Amino acid sequence: MISAGPSGGLIRRAALVAAACLLASACNRGILEPVGPVGQAEKTIMINSTAIMLAIIIPTMLATIGIAWWFRRGNTKATYMPDWEYSGAIEMVVWAIPALTIMLLGGIAWIGSHDLEPSKPLPGTSPALKVEVVSLDWKWLFIYPDQGIATVNQLVVPAGTPVSFRLTSATVWNSFFVPQMGTMIYTMPRMTTRLNLQADKPGSYNGLSSHFSGDGFPGMQFQVQALPPEQFAMWAQGARGQGTPLDGRGYAELSKPSSYVKPMIYGAVAPGLFDAIVANRTPSNPVPTPQHNRPVPGSKA
Amino acid sequence: MFGKLTWSAIPFDQPIPLITSIVMLLVIAAVAVWVWRNGWWPHIWNEYITSTDHKHIGIMYIVLALVMLVRGFADAIMMRAQQSLAVGASQGYLPPEHYNQIFSAHGTIMIFFMAMPIVIGMMNFVVPLQLGVRDVAFPTMNNVSFWLTASGALLVNVSLFVGEFARTGWLGFPPLSEKAFSPGVGVDYYLVALQISGVGTVLTAVNFVTTILKTRAPGMSYLRMPVFCWTALASNLIMLAAFPVLTVALAELMLDRYLGFHFFTNDGGGNSMLYMNLIWVWGHPEVYILVLPAFGIYSEVASTFSGKPLFGYRSMVFATLAICIISYMVWLHHFFTMGAGADINAVFGIASMIIGIPTGVKIYNWLFTMYGGRVRFTVPMYYLIGFMLTFVVGGLTGVLLAIPPVDFVVHNSLFLVAHFHQVIIGGVVFAVMAGYTYWFPKAFGFTLDERLGKAVFWCWFIGFHLAFMPLYVLGFWGATRRMQHIPDPTWQPWLNVAFVGAVIIGLGIVLTVVQLLYSIKTRDQRRDVTGDPWDGRTLEWLTLSPPPHYNFAVLPDVHGEEAYWTRKQTAIKQDQLIEEPDYQPIEMPVNSPTGIIVAFFASLCGFAIIWYIWWLAILGLIGAFAVFVWYAWRDEHEHIIPVEEVRANARERRRIRMEHLHELSQST
Repeated sequence: MISAGPSGGLIRRAALVAAACLLASACNRGILEPVGPVGQAEKTIMINSTAIMLAIIIPTMLATIGIAWWFRRGNTKATYMPDWEYSGAIEMVVWAIPALTIMLLGGIAWIGSHDLEPSKPLPGTSPALKVEVVSLDWKWLFIYPDQGIATVNQLVVPAGTPVSFRLTSATVWNSFFVPQMGTMIYTMPRMTTRLNLQADKPGSYNGLSSHFSGDGFPGMQFQVQALPPEQFAMWAQGARGQGTPLDGRGYAELSKPSSYVKPMIYGAVAPGLFDAIVANRTPSNPVPTPQHNRPVPGSKA
Repeated sequence: MFGKLTWSAIPFDQPIPLITSIVMLLVIAAVAVWVWRNGWWPHIWNEYITSTDHKHIGIMYIVLALVMLVRGFADAIMMRAQQSLAVGASQGYLPPEHYNQIFSAHGTIMIFFMAMPIVIGMMNFVVPLQLGVRDVAFPTMNNVSFWLTASGALLVNVSLFVGEFARTGWLGFPPLSEKAFSPGVGVDYYLVALQISGVGTVLTAVNFVTTILKTRAPGMSYLRMPVFCWTALASNLIMLAAFPVLTVALAELMLDRYLGFHFFTNDGGGNSMLYMNLIWVWGHPEVYILVLPAFGIYSEVASTFSGKPLFGYRSMVFATLAICIISYMVWLHHFFTMGAGADINAVFGIASMIIGIPTGVKIYNWLFTMYGGRVRFTVPMYYLIGFMLTFVVGGLTGVLLAIPPVDFVVHNSLFLVAHFHQVIIGGVVFAVMAGYTYWFPKAFGFTLDERLGKAVFWCWFIGFHLAFMPLYVLGFWGATRRMQHIPDPTWQPWLNVAFVGAVIIGLGIVLTVVQLLYSIKTRDQRRDVTGDPWDGRTLEWLTLSPPPHYNFAVLPDVHGEEAYWTRKQTAIKQDQLIEEPDYQPIEMPVNSPTGIIVAFFASLCGFAIIWYIWWLAILGLIGAFAVFVWYAWRDEHEHIIPVEEVRANARERRRIRMEHLHELSQST
């Protein structure tokens, strides 16, 4: 296991929030309690579609039981029609019912697919925060290219601000998933996927890998901390320059297989690390000196 | 000399696989000795192992499937136990490297060596009888198909004792299954076993497509075939087209692993998305390979036990073929979360939903088959109704998964696991249990105990719902699949309920064995002397139970959709059978040990490839090929059943039928 690097009080506070949340784990009820626009829209589609189908399915189930029971052999009141095997009118109805249902649901699927396409930027007043996600064996690396910092197994985002992810994997496939925020997406080696999510309110949310990736797979849990924008800016500034830098050597150390890794922070990141990983190159760029006065996108500070 | 194989391949330090293997070996040895001491070996060798009789090959498939069901179920209950125990601070009793083998083996065994053989076994037994013919088009090849399937099953089970099985899930996704990430022999076991059994499956498909298209009783036009034959045709057409894709995908992965190719590797220009596409181009149609014959069984059961022809026969045939074709156009719904884009996701989502239309039609047609009938609540009918209630919910969750934005949050979750178990258990397992009960008297001449059969049904029905409904809930909570350790303790109560459900299913499996033993013991009270125990409608009920090797003394003349029913009604009305035909001697194919010898060499070759024992691999390959050559140069193809024997059997059959006819005429 890799131990957490030296980190400020903010990390400890965040850890406390996470622990409190785990204890009262009612605050993490997955996709049924979405905290952002994407998850909210997906939940609505799911509930609407279920309702449409139940309207057909419940009567069908009742009819199955009712017809089977009424036409039981012992029931002398039931009419026996030993040769009845065709009725054009009924045929039309039985093709029409599922066909119409599917036309309706197909419309929902078409519109939903386009509205909720993962790569589509979310509307928002503030510019999106950029995060680059790398799945490693078996932990998550989150790079903040504009802030010049990186975290492991802990994703800190400003609440109410869209987050624009680019994702890849350094080894095998994984899937990045924060159930309460919505849409999951594969992380694939040598390829980049895109995802846009947002957490509307501050809080701590569970994240995980939802595609099996080997022995350490169940240890790929991470926490998402959605902080108020000002706090996020403070956190990002406080993190800068802290701990070890994520350069070629740091990355080589990090990419050794490990699981159930505690959250940690890199106060500096070699530029172009994400693209180097996608291209399967060893990152060689030097780590820049931290510039504390750079504006932080996604924060109002 | 022995490649990578050393003593360290035997898991001396792991008690679970070691003890299981030893017990398995002891059971096999005990059965072999028991059979030998009773002097049954010649019978088993002549009537089953080397048999070219489609009925006996079908029975062997089903026996293989039931044995593999026990193995696959053992994996399932171990997984459920682990997930109930390994919560929070506890790591349970299975370390990841063992747990990951178990879920991979569970999926592989249940699909390839349980579901496939049991469905193919039913088709083997029933299709030629229903078509009114004496055998499949290529009887020896049929035997070879079975033994190649058994060879694959053998290799998967050998992995328990020698080496390890894959830890990559039942579809072996690269790059995880590439040498770089899975250097052990586990993935090789998986690949080689599936390649060998895949050859068997393709040969089966060739055989059955030919049989159904080319050999039917006189007068049996396509639109007079029983619906089960239609579904078997559709299923085999899919097999014929889909399995080669699997073979190619697995062959490419083998080239990567063995010869350093770069089809799916991370480096050298490989692309793992290609494998994902190929495997699902096979994998989705595979679902329909299994479920279409299941629909066929339900159609037979619904019609027979409602005492009515199937409602909307042509609609059913059309729906079957529609599913057969559309099943190829939906594979991408297995990876909406790959980020392929809104248009692609939407098109494949809608295509997947369209399959719901013909499937829905089928549900309504079974409903209207019962309408106006005289429904007899026998065991197969319990399964039909249980299926209709379970499957519509599975259909609902399936359509949800086909809506891309919904799939984005439930993909790969326990919701998905619950969904596909709901359609496979509720659809396929219920169907084969119905078919097993329905056709058992035809195969063995006596019925299965009804009371125990209903107990088995309730175990499956209640056990299934207890085992999988909690997984839907956990899926909503964001629980994903294949977790050796459960991070959230609040999931535990639901996982415990699922474990109880699995135990109840296990009780159902035990009761199935009890039912079989009890029915054998009391077989004299439950003899089927008429050959028609359920008042059936299709041609398999025309002949004796069990049927003679040649099925029919004279191929039946078919008039109308329900060949046997029409004939039976005419006979009842006139109170006499059709005029006695002019019997002829019958030519039947001879037995052949080709299948088992080929499978022996194939298993050797496969084992050698897995362990890099190249001389043995070459030897096995040459051996298998030599057997084919030897078979091709055979002198004797058929043996003649003399006309006296045919006539004597047929007269006896007519006498029984006549008695039965008088009973029927008096009762109506």
